[in-house]
Amino acid sequence: MTLERKVRLSGLYLFLGFIACIFVLPIVFMVMSSLKPDLQLLSDSSSMRAFLPVGDIGVDNYRDAFSRAPVGLFIFNSVFITATTLLLSLFLASIAAFSFVFIEWRGKAVVLAIIIATYILPFETVAVPLLLLVNNLPWLSTEGVTWGWLNSYQVQIVPWIIRALEIFLFVQYFRDLPRDLVESARVEGASWFQIYRRVVMPLSGPVIATVAILKFLEMYNNQFIWPIMVVQEEGLRPIMVGLLYFFQLNTAWGEIMAYLTIITVPVLAFYLMLQRAFIASIASTGVKG
Amino acid sequence: MASRLTQQNRAGWLMAGPAFLLIAAFLIVPFLMAIGFSFTNQRLVSPNPTEWVGTANYERLFGFAILTLDAERDGDGAVRLKDGAPVYPSLRSYTRNREGFPKYFRKRELFSFASGDDRRTFVLATDVVFLKAVRNTLFFVMIVAPLQAAAALGLALLINRKIRGINFFRTIYFMPVVISMVVVSMLWRFIYDGQNGLLNTLLGLLTFGWFEPVDWLGQTSTALPSIMAMSIWQGVGFHMIIWLSGLQTIPASLYEAAKIEGSSRWQTFRYVTWPGLRNTAILVMIIITMQAFTLYPQIAVMTGGGPLDSTQSIVFQMVERGYGRQDISGGSTISVFLFLFVLSISLLQRWLTREK
Amino acid sequence: MKLRNFATALAAGTLAAVAADAQNNVTMWYHGAGNHVEGELINQIVDDFNAMQGDWNVTLESFPQESYNDSVEAAALAGNLPCIIDVDGPVMPRWAWAGYLQPLPIDAAKIADFLPGTKGIWNDTLYSIGLWDAAVALYARQSTLEELGLRTPTLDNPWSREEFQAALDAAKDSDNYEYALDLGMAWKGEWFPYAFGPFIQSFGGDMIDRSNYTTAEGALNGDAALAFGEWWQNLFAGGYAPGNSQDGADRDTGFIEGRYAFAWNGNWAAVATMDGGVDDVMFLPAPDLGNGPTIGAASWQFGVTSTCEHPDGAVAWIEHAIQDEYLAAFSDGIGLIPSTPSAAAMTANYAPGGALEVFFGLSNAQALVRPVTPGYPVVAKIFEKALADIADGADVANTLDAAVDEIDADIEANNGYGN
Repeated sequence: MTLERKVRLSGLYLFLGFIACIFVLPIVFMVMSSLKPDLQLLSDSSSMRAFLPVGDIGVDNYRDAFSRAPVGLFIFNSVFITATTLLLSLFLASIAAFSFVFIEWRGKAVVLAIIIATYILPFETVAVPLLLLVNNLPWLSTEGVTWGWLNSYQVQIVPWIIRALEIFLFVQYFRDLPRDLVESARVEGASWFQIYRRVVMPLSGPVIATVAILKFLEMYNNQFIWPIMVVQEEGLRPIMVGLLYFFQLNTAWGEIMAYLTIITVPVLAFYLMLQRAFIASIASTGVKG
Repeated sequence: MASRLTQQNRAGWLMAGPAFLLIAAFLIVPFLMAIGFSFTNQRLVSPNPTEWVGTANYERLFGFAILTLDAERDGDGAVRLKDGAPVYPSLRSYTRNREGFPKYFRKRELFSFASGDDRRTFVLATDVVFLKAVRNTLFFVMIVAPLQAAAALGLALLINRKIRGINFFRTIYFMPVVISMVVVSMLWRFIYDGQNGLLNTLLGLLTFGWFEPVDWLGQTSTALPSIMAMSIWQGVGFHMIIWLSGLQTIPASLYEAAKIEGSSRWQTFRYVTWPGLRNTAILVMIIITMQAFTLYPQIAVMTGGGPLDSTQSIVFQMVERGYGRQDISGGSTISVFLFLFVLSISLLQRWLTREK
Repeated sequence: MKLRNFATALAAGTLAAVAADAQNNVTMWYHGAGNHVEGELINQIVDDFNAMQGDWNVTLESFPQESYNDSVEAAALAGNLPCIIDVDGPVMPRWAWAGYLQPLPIDAAKIADFLPGTKGIWNDTLYSIGLWDAAVALYARQSTLEELGLRTPTLDNPWSREEFQAALDAAKDSDNYEYALDLGMAWKGEWFPYAFGPFIQSFGGDMIDRSNYTTAEGALNGDAALAFGEWWQNLFAGGYAPGNSQDGADRDTGFIEGRYAFAWNGNWAAVATMDGGVDDVMFLPAPDLGNGPTIGAASWQFGVTSTCEHPDGAVAWIEHAIQDEYLAAFSDGIGLIPSTPSAAAMTANYAPGGALEVFFGLSNAQALVRPVTPGYPVVAKIFEKALADIADGADVANTLDAAVDEIDADIEANNGYGN
């Protein structure tokens, strides 16, 4: 390695590191604050001490957060709701996209256009009508048919299963797959479902990872207004509603930081798990010939 | 042939059906109900029966009137001046007089301009706050979409190289994306604090104390830009990854050819990289634009639309009407507007980026 | 326990929450989730009640305060309310008007001693009753008053507007403080009408015309209101008080750390302030800004829903809850003002000679409930925005006019709210 190249490389690392600081410092601030008592947290937040584990450091905030709210339960609920939605979404969106791309059927252009147009609807738009709607839907349980979905897991899952973006990403990806694979399987007499399961899905790892991470973020991070409206039982509340437990008259900032840190762990773990596939995946969905 | 077609029809519907059914039941039907609400006086909490009100909600949203006034004159006909500018009669006498000036009743000044000597034209609107929300949202989209896309592309170019540890940097740059916008907004309130926030402290340190602390979220001139900067910070990692994937599909042979021909860095970018990113660019722009139009949690957590409506956004107003003021019909009207508005913009986008 | 629920549900092939046995069951919702002490207190009342009689079994579900009203309104929309709910005093008329609540058949004699703000009365009918009230006072240090040479105001002889202004000026000119007055602008929402509504009333204006509650014209944009608006704007333009962008943390610590000379704050912050080391803190009564001194009143109260299947049980529980021992326990636990003098005597802070006794007097003497109308929650939102805008420098008359228009439009859209 020449000297010039060495210098340029270190310069590059320095620059990369500088940018990394911009992205990571607020998160470091969150984690460090979660270790400090409130008064110190607040006074530190006006100096560089905010980013350092200095002063009176401990895990008291974590202990207090767990005793203020059933944190484990909230995380369990969010993970459960997210995971269920995610699995259903991956299956239903991919099979629908398969149908849109590989099968010729009457009306599909219109149906696809309508689905894509719903991408524009923010959830807040439909919240109240949706509440009235789900309140009158039937559900089958051990008690027979019951009416109204309020106060349940399904009311937090079913309405969220499919969004246009997921179908759109699968459609984009499938369009770039070689069609002759599908056609030759068809000639050999495979059913559509067999082709979907044995031919197309095994090739779709990257897009599955993309949709999974997007859906995970949507479900895990953003479930707030809806559960407030439809869930009354504490045992069914997700993490973002749990956040409200910490806003009392004298806000417990340290506990909030601890809570924020705890709830960020599952989503970071999920991202790191999927990272490799995710980066590869957008590589394929992003490009369309 | 016919049987094969019918079979295809059946298989196609069977496979796409469940997804479409879910979208129809949980998005389309409620939205149709919202459209219905927008023509009624539906409230969140009320014992009164819901009534049809026609287009009254839309008229309230977009109602405006134009009023031209002559400057006040004193007894001998000279224009009255205050601080060198002509004095105009108070708008109050027009906007608060239901019988005399029903056209101007309950309207507020949106803006005004001089329309002749000692004459001024006032544009009055019924819902000034909503119109400001539309303006701010458009401004937000127009600044954030290109800036965020460009910053993301810059980062993608920066990390699109095979050096040791680059995956570490990719992960770090992506980290803010995985954190909820609500959480991010709460953290950044500490950063933007006007008296002893981290940003002020940092800028003070970097300039050896020359920097005067700024109340970032408390001034009309800096509040929205501050929120923009934070939004870009949070979202840029995601779009960086999309750009990165686009970059990785450009064949290395093209770069080698460019190198052989001795093209400069800029030329390589201009004639090799950029053309190869066309489809990626479209995808990035569509996603960013959509996200930007639904600007909401940042506003709700950080400013609540203030100061002086400088950070009102369409979705924030929608929620504020529908839930805050419990006027479901008013909120629904805004959401119908938002849908039509964004739909027409995305159709326009599609038309502009169509394959020629 | 919740996990068990979930496992049962799964085993049964459904995720539906298991409904409780409805026989003699009285369900109740409360806003205190996340507050240990409050949770323990309310559970104690419920447990005692369940143990002492065999007719009713009260079950409690707690919600975070921030989203409590939204949860109740959504549940009402879906016809899913419990039997007993707690309701913020000024919101009660709306919920009664909308048919959520039924009149509360409690003998007037039983609550004769209660502070006026704790009785939820609308249209001459009692709908709710509270175990406590809250009060706001002007926090100051005795040393600050001495240092600035200020007279100590009393309930009988509060500061006049001029005296109040002089105090602010003195604090500002002393250069010992970041700000003379902390109004708590960091606290958005109901704090604004609750804490600042009394200022406009003290000027002689109001949020709405209380004579018939059908318009805000004149009350919110008349001469008194305009004078209030100018005064309010000057608090910020003149550099006396931190504005809308005040950080919540500064609100919590500013007065304690001595960065603010005076703070307009509620009794719930009193204990934290004394614990924070301000041992010469004084709780001064509201100034008289021209039309008599006023502070806000009414806090959380209990009521019975109209869909309740066992109103007898619900009323029995409420009558059980309003005993002095519980009022005192709540007061000792979370620092609120007990509703009765006899309960106050049982508490550590509000008993005669107690550190916070002054608040009981304030509540009794200066308290004025917020406008008693179903339209109040909307009025409150509009008032809050108007005050925030004026603090940010908006034109006073235009802003108040616009607020009046919005309030009147809302009243019209609701057919006058039955007035």
